[in-house]
Amino acid sequence: MTAEAPAATTRDLFEVNLARRHMIGVIFQGVALLGTLVGIIVLAVLLIEVWRDGIHFLELDFLNRFPSRFAEQAGFKSAFWGSLWVIGFTALLAFPIGVGAAVYLEEYAPKNAVTRLLQTNISNLAGVPSIVYGILGLQLFVRGTIGIGPSLEDLGLRDLDRSVLAGSATLALLILPVVIVASQEALKAVPPSIREASYGVGATRWQTVRSHVLPQAFPGIMTGTILALSRAIGETAPLIMIGALSFVAFTPGNPLDDFTVMPIQIFGWAVRPQLDFQDLAATGIIVLLIVLLSMNAIAVYLRHRFGGPASR
Amino acid sequence: MADSTNSNGGVAVVDEQVADERDAAVGASSSGRDFRPTLGAAQIDQQEDTIEDVAVQIDDVGLWYGAKKAIEGVSLDVQRHEITALIGPSGCGKSTLLRCINRMNELIPGVRIEGQIRVDGDPLYGSDVDPVEVRRAVGMVFQKPNPFPKSIYENVAFGARINGYKGNMDELVERSLRQAALWDEVKDQLKESGLALSGGQQQRLCIARAIAVQPEVILMDEPCSALDPIATQRIEDLMQELAADYTIVIVTHNMQQAARVSNRTAFMLAEEDLVGRLVEYGRTDQLFTSPNDSRTEDYITGRFG
Repeated sequence: MTAEAPAATTRDLFEVNLARRHMIGVIFQGVALLGTLVGIIVLAVLLIEVWRDGIHFLELDFLNRFPSRFAEQAGFKSAFWGSLWVIGFTALLAFPIGVGAAVYLEEYAPKNAVTRLLQTNISNLAGVPSIVYGILGLQLFVRGTIGIGPSLEDLGLRDLDRSVLAGSATLALLILPVVIVASQEALKAVPPSIREASYGVGATRWQTVRSHVLPQAFPGIMTGTILALSRAIGETAPLIMIGALSFVAFTPGNPLDDFTVMPIQIFGWAVRPQLDFQDLAATGIIVLLIVLLSMNAIAVYLRHRFGGPASR
Repeated sequence: MADSTNSNGGVAVVDEQVADERDAAVGASSSGRDFRPTLGAAQIDQQEDTIEDVAVQIDDVGLWYGAKKAIEGVSLDVQRHEITALIGPSGCGKSTLLRCINRMNELIPGVRIEGQIRVDGDPLYGSDVDPVEVRRAVGMVFQKPNPFPKSIYENVAFGARINGYKGNMDELVERSLRQAALWDEVKDQLKESGLALSGGQQQRLCIARAIAVQPEVILMDEPCSALDPIATQRIEDLMQELAADYTIVIVTHNMQQAARVSNRTAFMLAEEDLVGRLVEYGRTDQLFTSPNDSRTEDYITGRFG
């Protein structure tokens, strides 16, 4: 009531200028749209180009032939199965370790300077170039020693040579930071009220984590892990560094066998001068992309399957 | 906190506006500023002010969040099979005190607690006391209904199962849901998600979940603040029934609710130093009709808070 007199004069000081504000909004929308289109168009051009080059070699038999000196007889079998072996073991290594680390950091670790340092380091490791992990994997797994401390042999293990397992272990190291951070985000997204409810009926920490926190975080953890594995399946540099072969005429029969993977095979074909081999590389890219998209589809499916209405 | 601005002339205008708004709000339900509630049936035939059978003994409890002291020197005895209400303005530490009674505060990093609380004479704090066991004996119902994203059955059975319940689970679930006045509404949908229920039903499910583990005491932290008036009344009726078997401590912002349901009321207040202390504790009828402390009187007559 007493406040009305000053309010009247204050009201005159507004310069609404709706037209200008709306125009700025439209401009920004245009810039954002342009940014989106650039990404989509470049991807589309790339896909069309690859498709046109690679389609004439694409047949089911492509996955059933080993590489060859003759383009029309060359196939993707060793690379395709090598990738599946490597990715399978990478998942087996990275998933339990990564989720375990995330559960520890989110649910158990005290929030102090040490865990903060650990956290910062994990985030930074996610940005380390993959070739560096290749060097680490070469020393640690292939040669079995990093020069200090006991070697794998001292520990009663054999070095892994350039086996599937060495490749998987290297890739697992590479994606662990991503798996850990993604899992932590998923755990953080579980509402604290659920934890309180569980503790409130006399659950222990593990019972709470096991029965309520992990199930609710599971879709997010799976999505993060599968996306990290998608990155690993496209990695070339660290596997070349640990000595994966580029011409392999067999599929791995056990985790200690030699191997090659799809990106290395694609690279091996692409650097050849003959046009046919470059088309073969395009065919390989198509197969790699199909595998990648399938993995992402699984991630989406898991999110919907386990993240349904029951868990909001 | 509002009372500190009251005494501070510099912000008198703000205070006046707040008071105007409050008067308008109060005017809708009663006439004048004094909205001292009428008393419920619970208090009529119990007039003595002594506590014969102490269920919870809070003894000189203080709590720090890191370096900040939140409550200090709170002592009060809770009578068995009664409803005890904790009231006071926001930030007075009433929820904090409530969460000391089942050691829920320890889940927050940096919390330090002094003093002692006893349930049935057994101390809750000490190196030989397991907070997990404390929380089974002292159940809790939270401000926002928080059923597990699992089936109705599983919501109730979870606590019993993890605590090694050996009896017939179906019977326990049914009995708990009956006690929570929810059975008739959900008996045909026990396998459906607890989240599919309405807010009021969810809160009764949370009550069923709490009583399924047979606690001595049930803590309720503003259990109706997210509910509509009809759902609120059902919860209040339910509390009256549960008081026959359980000791209930409730935190509420709603003074009418405290007056309607509780036998005893504790009024807490954080003054200039922002440390919550117990101002007055007594029978609800006595505290609301003739409070001993002028600050209690100011609060219950709506002069601040």
